[in-house]
Amino acid sequence: MADAAALLPNAPKTIVCDGNEAAAWGVVLSRPDVVAVYPITPQSSLVEYVSQFIADGTLDAELLNLEGEHSVLSALQGAALAGARTYTATCGPGLAFMFEPYVRTPGLRLPMVASLVTRDMLTPQCVWGGQQDAMTVRDCGWIHMYCETVQEVLDTTIMAYRIAEHRDVMLPVNVNHDGNYLSYGVARAEMPAQAAVDGFLGVKDVNWHAALDPLRPMAIDPLTGGAGGPGPSMFVRYRKGLCNGMRNALRVIEETHAEWGRLTGRHHAPLIEEYRLDDAEVALVTIGSMTGAAKDAVDALRSGGKRVGLIKVKTMRPFPVEAMARALSKVNAVAVVDRAVSYGWNAGPVYQETLGALYRARHMIPAVSVIGGLAGADITDGHFARCIGMAFAAAASGQAPDGPVWLNEND
Amino acid sequence: MHEIRIHGRGGQGTVLAAEILAKALVAEGKHVVAIPSFGFERRGAPVSACLRVDGREIRAMTNIYRPDTLLCIDPTVGRAVNIFDGMAAHGALVQATKRPVEELAAPETVETLGLCDAVGVALSIFGRPITNSVMLGAFARTTGLVSLESLKEGIEAADFRDAGLAQNLTAVERGYAGTTVYQRTEGGYEART
Repeated sequence: MADAAALLPNAPKTIVCDGNEAAAWGVVLSRPDVVAVYPITPQSSLVEYVSQFIADGTLDAELLNLEGEHSVLSALQGAALAGARTYTATCGPGLAFMFEPYVRTPGLRLPMVASLVTRDMLTPQCVWGGQQDAMTVRDCGWIHMYCETVQEVLDTTIMAYRIAEHRDVMLPVNVNHDGNYLSYGVARAEMPAQAAVDGFLGVKDVNWHAALDPLRPMAIDPLTGGAGGPGPSMFVRYRKGLCNGMRNALRVIEETHAEWGRLTGRHHAPLIEEYRLDDAEVALVTIGSMTGAAKDAVDALRSGGKRVGLIKVKTMRPFPVEAMARALSKVNAVAVVDRAVSYGWNAGPVYQETLGALYRARHMIPAVSVIGGLAGADITDGHFARCIGMAFAAAASGQAPDGPVWLNEND
Repeated sequence: MHEIRIHGRGGQGTVLAAEILAKALVAEGKHVVAIPSFGFERRGAPVSACLRVDGREIRAMTNIYRPDTLLCIDPTVGRAVNIFDGMAAHGALVQATKRPVEELAAPETVETLGLCDAVGVALSIFGRPITNSVMLGAFARTTGLVSLESLKEGIEAADFRDAGLAQNLTAVERGYAGTTVYQRTEGGYEART
């Protein structure tokens, strides 16, 4: 086989592609050993790109085209335990079918990377974008980072391997990008040189702690817990270890983004981004690809003298409570725009996180829950101007509406 | 910022046209965002794609609601959907048609009009009515927003191979050459010389 590196650029180059292709290039540059896939809209073209890159020798990896997502992740668990760097991508019903191995992966402390091309959940039938799938699995122990742009998809896919394999973390990472608007949205992106990525990621470090290796025989995933003997304390050790890995990840995510910025000149906000926040009276809170239009709306209102800013959540898990609390402390009201629903709270999931961070900040301000962009609906700068209006109204009255504002209710 | 909406039917390469145009514009140093509309796409059904172009970075990843330019690569899709929806004043329409300009019912917002018998050209090249590359040539001729050379680079960067690549390069050239451009005047549309 030809040396895959020979087919890749040895200098940075500009490409024009959609978010799915950008993710695929991020995978190629990260050089996984094993890729397992099952296609599902709107992820399909991503795994088609990766499959094509493997077929034409651009990526030297083992491709497993399996019968379903449960098998996909199970196979990758075996591969990771055998020392392979691994990759897959899924969304929506595919993620649901993957659930059993999905919840097992963080406890095994396997440093996988999987893209979630986020899609709204059934039912009613829907094949379009929304973050309900990823938000539903937000507390399974995977790291969740949400991307805003095509460039950020490419860059974050690479950074995810360094974060996952860091010995203080050792957790699987979901790199999430919005179905439709980002999966199929085309923009220019800079592709780093292979040698630069090789240096950035270093030697893969996957199964030093848990291995399927005849030379180091060990029991994997022991039966433990219960009410007696070593079970209870052993079980707590596993859980606490996972929580510690998550806490460490906050630091490692920041360090990794800083190092990537030094290497490429592209400085993506690692945990949350503060945009025009310093003298702001109110702020929008956003997540994912909606953020670009929201920044445009902030700029337009700033030109009219309105003191408004924006807080973007990139890292949803682990939740950057302290960074969020610091940002929220600067404003008198917020409107939190979610692309998913928390049925239990009659609000959005990011809204709940915001309330938690406000309590941590001891900063009791009105917060409006806004839910928009479900099932492929668009969130435009006009919608965000409305949200900013609601935040100013909440700041003036000291009150937020009881329930969520459904942004596309009358579209 | 200039906003372009492309209308066609499933199977004609509407979304691919947006990607080729995006690559061509980036080759000229521009920033672009192209977003395909989505539905249950199937052969013959109306399809559209949005494209923004600017000299600086574009942040909004949203659909286009007030297009400056319409590129309509199918002669009849305008009967199925209102392609003029939200069109900005002083806009341009690049339309695939073999009909004369007098038979076209364009609203007053259309100031510049480019007409090209794209189906005829496509049939003579591909033997099938695949009009996307032809109409990209018509777009370049009508609007001047992109050069023919950059479009050829965009086509070369797409996944065409061998005969298909040669055919599409011919198609974009013939679309460019075979387009008549009109300007709206008080007396109707007059051919630009």
